[in-house]
Amino acid sequence: MAAIGWQLATVGSIRDETPTVRTLTLGLPDWSGHRPGQHVDLRLTAADGYSVERSYSIASEPERTGEVDISVERIEGGEVSPFLHEVVVPGDRIEVRGPIGGYFVWEAALGGPLLLVAGGSGVVPLMAMLRHRARSGLGIPTSLLFSSRTFDEIIYRDELDRLASAGDGFRVIHTLTRGQPDGWTGFTRRIDDAMLAEALEPLGAATRAYACGPTALVEVVANGLVRLGLPPDRVRTERFGPTGT
Amino acid sequence: MDDRPLDVRLADMREDPAADLVLDGSAVGGMLGGIFGADVTGMPGQCASCHTVSLMGAMRVYMRGPGTVIRCPACTQVVLRVAETPRGSMLDLRGIAFVRIEHRS
Repeated sequence: MAAIGWQLATVGSIRDETPTVRTLTLGLPDWSGHRPGQHVDLRLTAADGYSVERSYSIASEPERTGEVDISVERIEGGEVSPFLHEVVVPGDRIEVRGPIGGYFVWEAALGGPLLLVAGGSGVVPLMAMLRHRARSGLGIPTSLLFSSRTFDEIIYRDELDRLASAGDGFRVIHTLTRGQPDGWTGFTRRIDDAMLAEALEPLGAATRAYACGPTALVEVVANGLVRLGLPPDRVRTERFGPTGT
Repeated sequence: MDDRPLDVRLADMREDPAADLVLDGSAVGGMLGGIFGADVTGMPGQCASCHTVSLMGAMRVYMRGPGTVIRCPACTQVVLRVAETPRGSMLDLRGIAFVRIEHRS
């Protein structure tokens, strides 16, 4: 493996996904390519030398070269995410290290069936897997169980709908835990064993599972999937800490 | 925001005050890469206490303290500690029997 060094990325397009999540495209001329599920570290250094680092999952598929997308949730009282939401403009240069991660990764060559479980912005690395899966054209049976607080906070909602309507073996199951629009027919509670069982059932016992989100959600999912019979080494997790920090 | 009832959250905290702070090994992939010269998150390491071999990315990571603590996912013993100091990175490896830094395939 090559050493992981810092390189300068140039901020390209910036677009809003939800009221609190925006996607930044980072142009990386020396990018070595990534695997779906990996992340980058960002380093910001102020004029007085103060420096801070954060990790952000890559949302884009590896088939796109020379740039990556990161989707950043704005954390109130945070140090880096408000900067990325309010201060950064296209053309700015940011230090980036990566790609990082050899554990929470999935590639089409690994095969399926695939169960992805996300809480909030935990969907970001799973989106890289889904985009890669769609590009592979292999129709690997895949379900995404996605917990969001409200309808407006569903990250990548339109794209997920499009992917699910392609008829190539992908289905998305939403649950909205804080509020639901009129006529909502999906789940309305936190992810539990019954919900996991329903998502897992059509995929079967040979499923590979990836869960990403707040630590409490990932614990519930990982323990639940093992209770439902998946071997622990087929359940890969990416916890991003307490909710709302 | 954690919107579970207060008594449930309290019970959780009493069980493990740091339960909500745990991360997976991926979180320190960049930092360990800077130390080992390679991304070790997909590579195996052995806990010196219980001898379980886990991928480094599957280890439990606590990084809200003054340093970073990495624990064995099987027995929760400390396998590795890292602290950044003005004079350099302090690395305590006594809890880990080995890390295999694999050759580039």
